[in-house]
Amino acid sequence: MAKANFDTPALQPHQETPDLPSVKPGAMQHLKTFPAKPLHNENIGYPGELVDGWQDKAVKRLGELVDGSQALRVFLDTCVKCGACTDKCHYFLGTEDPLNMPVARQDLLRSVYRRYYTFAGKHCPKLVGAKDFDKEMLDDWYNYFHQCSQCRRCSVFCPYGIDTAEISMAAREVMDSIGVGQKYCNEILAKVHKIGNNLGLPEPALVDTLEGLEEDVEEDTGVLVRFPVDQKGADVLLITPSADFFAEPHIDGLIGYAKVFHQAGIRWTLSSHASEAANFSLFIGSGDNLKKAAMRIREAALELGVKRIIVGECGHAWRVAYSFWNTLIGPFDFLDPKYPAPQHIVEFTYDLIQRGALTLDKEANDHRRITFHDSCNVARASRMGNIPGGQFILPREVIKAAANHFFDMAPDTIHEKTFCCGGGGGLLTDDLMELRVKGAMPRMQALQQVVEENGVNTLVAICAICKTQFAKTLPHYQFQGDMITSLHEVVGDAIQLGAKE
Amino acid sequence: MILSVIFAILFYAATLLLIVGVARKIALYARTPAPLKIPVTPAPLTRAGVVWQMTKEVTVFRSLFFSNKWIWLFGWMFHVALALVLARHLRYFTEPVWGWVVLIQPFGKYAAFAMIAGLAGLWARRFLVDRVRYISSLSDHLMLALLMAIALSGLAIKYLSHTDIVHIKAYMLGLMYFDWQPLPADAFVLLHFALIIVLMVVFPISKLLHAPGMFFAPTRTQVDDARERRHTAGWTAE
Repeated sequence: MAKANFDTPALQPHQETPDLPSVKPGAMQHLKTFPAKPLHNENIGYPGELVDGWQDKAVKRLGELVDGSQALRVFLDTCVKCGACTDKCHYFLGTEDPLNMPVARQDLLRSVYRRYYTFAGKHCPKLVGAKDFDKEMLDDWYNYFHQCSQCRRCSVFCPYGIDTAEISMAAREVMDSIGVGQKYCNEILAKVHKIGNNLGLPEPALVDTLEGLEEDVEEDTGVLVRFPVDQKGADVLLITPSADFFAEPHIDGLIGYAKVFHQAGIRWTLSSHASEAANFSLFIGSGDNLKKAAMRIREAALELGVKRIIVGECGHAWRVAYSFWNTLIGPFDFLDPKYPAPQHIVEFTYDLIQRGALTLDKEANDHRRITFHDSCNVARASRMGNIPGGQFILPREVIKAAANHFFDMAPDTIHEKTFCCGGGGGLLTDDLMELRVKGAMPRMQALQQVVEENGVNTLVAICAICKTQFAKTLPHYQFQGDMITSLHEVVGDAIQLGAKE
Repeated sequence: MILSVIFAILFYAATLLLIVGVARKIALYARTPAPLKIPVTPAPLTRAGVVWQMTKEVTVFRSLFFSNKWIWLFGWMFHVALALVLARHLRYFTEPVWGWVVLIQPFGKYAAFAMIAGLAGLWARRFLVDRVRYISSLSDHLMLALLMAIALSGLAIKYLSHTDIVHIKAYMLGLMYFDWQPLPADAFVLLHFALIIVLMVVFPISKLLHAPGMFFAPTRTQVDDARERRHTAGWTAE
């Protein structure tokens, strides 16, 4: 690990949640994520560089977005600046920069909207804090709308349900539309469109990787567990984040899914055409790209003739799948109506456990003392099962069915109040490492408490971004990077292969 | 008499601006599409569940309660007191006065003090809490000043100037039935009225729109049934 050029926030002993900081204006003003190169922008339908007359074009695009979004229109009007959200953002708690308070972040856009689209802002801008969209404002937008992970924690606490994620997505779309894109998101999105996944892993490499996995698992367990690709006539199409194909600890999760399918005796397949669950279009608020990237999945499902679509462990992908797929690429009338479309892998495994279809040896996980990190997009923007809050119950029940030692973190830091890992929303890039480490602090504080009190040594998550983020940031807080574990690794380790053969 | 006429015209104009302004905004909120499903947890699974959740948001400020106890305390106190005070004021607009309005008169009287206490608490936060100080703009202070001045001038009418309330009521009823009566030229009454006219005018162009707006926030009003019902609107319906 290279020496960091910033200070990692200190954790407080015996404390569930971080102390409230005083505001330090400008504390994160210096942090500017790498801008997209012209090709990155052009590949996903945006101008390559800052366009002529960008002020007017940005203001016009903002107006179009407001006209097309009830959420934006209402959120820009209704904030009363009560301050309820000011201490809820993990980035504010970790960086102390007041522009990372949700309302202040929103006001970067609201002040511009007011200036050009409201009576008060047009005629007495000073009075209502309306501001011109100038170079300085554009810079603030670029810096601070790339310091929002769109986790929606603030919206849970807002008396009017104002969702900063919607505002930060709109801001990024406005910036993209004038040629100011972010390298990380835009480059990756182009790879999805072109090759089929975020990593740019072509089909032969994917097949090769999966064959290697088959061999590894057979060596480990003595059982041939299949990892099929493009198998026509399979029952299930698995759509999973491409990190599952190669990164640690993600890949152990993929092995877990395969073991579950194997023991359940259900024929499944991956798709080389849609070898990616992630859809970064969400992060940049681009409807066109969102639909285009999602459409690959419908095409793959039809091409392969599957009956069900199951989504692997990925937070924002589950939001897109659960909340948006039916809208964007539905109806799913070609799938088996007995099952929810789409279904989360945790719902699938949970149902199998309920039916007694899996043989799990909890003692296989006795070396693990587990806590569970609710990923923001699963917790606050989607659901599992058929009851409210199922997204909190099901993963925990699956863990408890596969392991003996489970401990929840403090109530104010889990379920819908969960703290973001600090790397979501298109910020999982090394050029934002300072933000990622500082933003992880509230989660680390809560984690430390269960480490101290319960001897927790395993942090389970069901999101590829959370997993990568924690693997990188845990060491900054003196935890082992390999504490972070895929939920289906815990399941996979407990499955007694051969027990049902 | 000239004052009576000026205030009558101002009241009519303000009422018109308020009604048309708010109606326009509501129509705009209602007509703007919500292309995607974005309910935020806890999201009810049924329409009835949404109605129940919104009822809790409106009556007890549910989210705010879990968010910040001080803002909740001052905010809720102010809004409930305001509701009581407004209800109490109905007696100046009705003849005969409705039974329940008569019943709540004593509560309404004391509610004015609770209203001022709530406003004072909210205003104090804008100076004392550095985070809230940072996000407060001039208009946020002015709005509190306006509401505070309305409450204080109302109290002054009641406890300082001993205005002829019968004539004020006659004036209000006269406005409503287009049978204008003279307005008692009491300084506090004129101030109270002038401030209320200002409040009515700024309502549709200010953050007071949170009142109608909150009923149109898709994060709170959408049903969590994205997999069961295919939702399309705006660009997703094209």
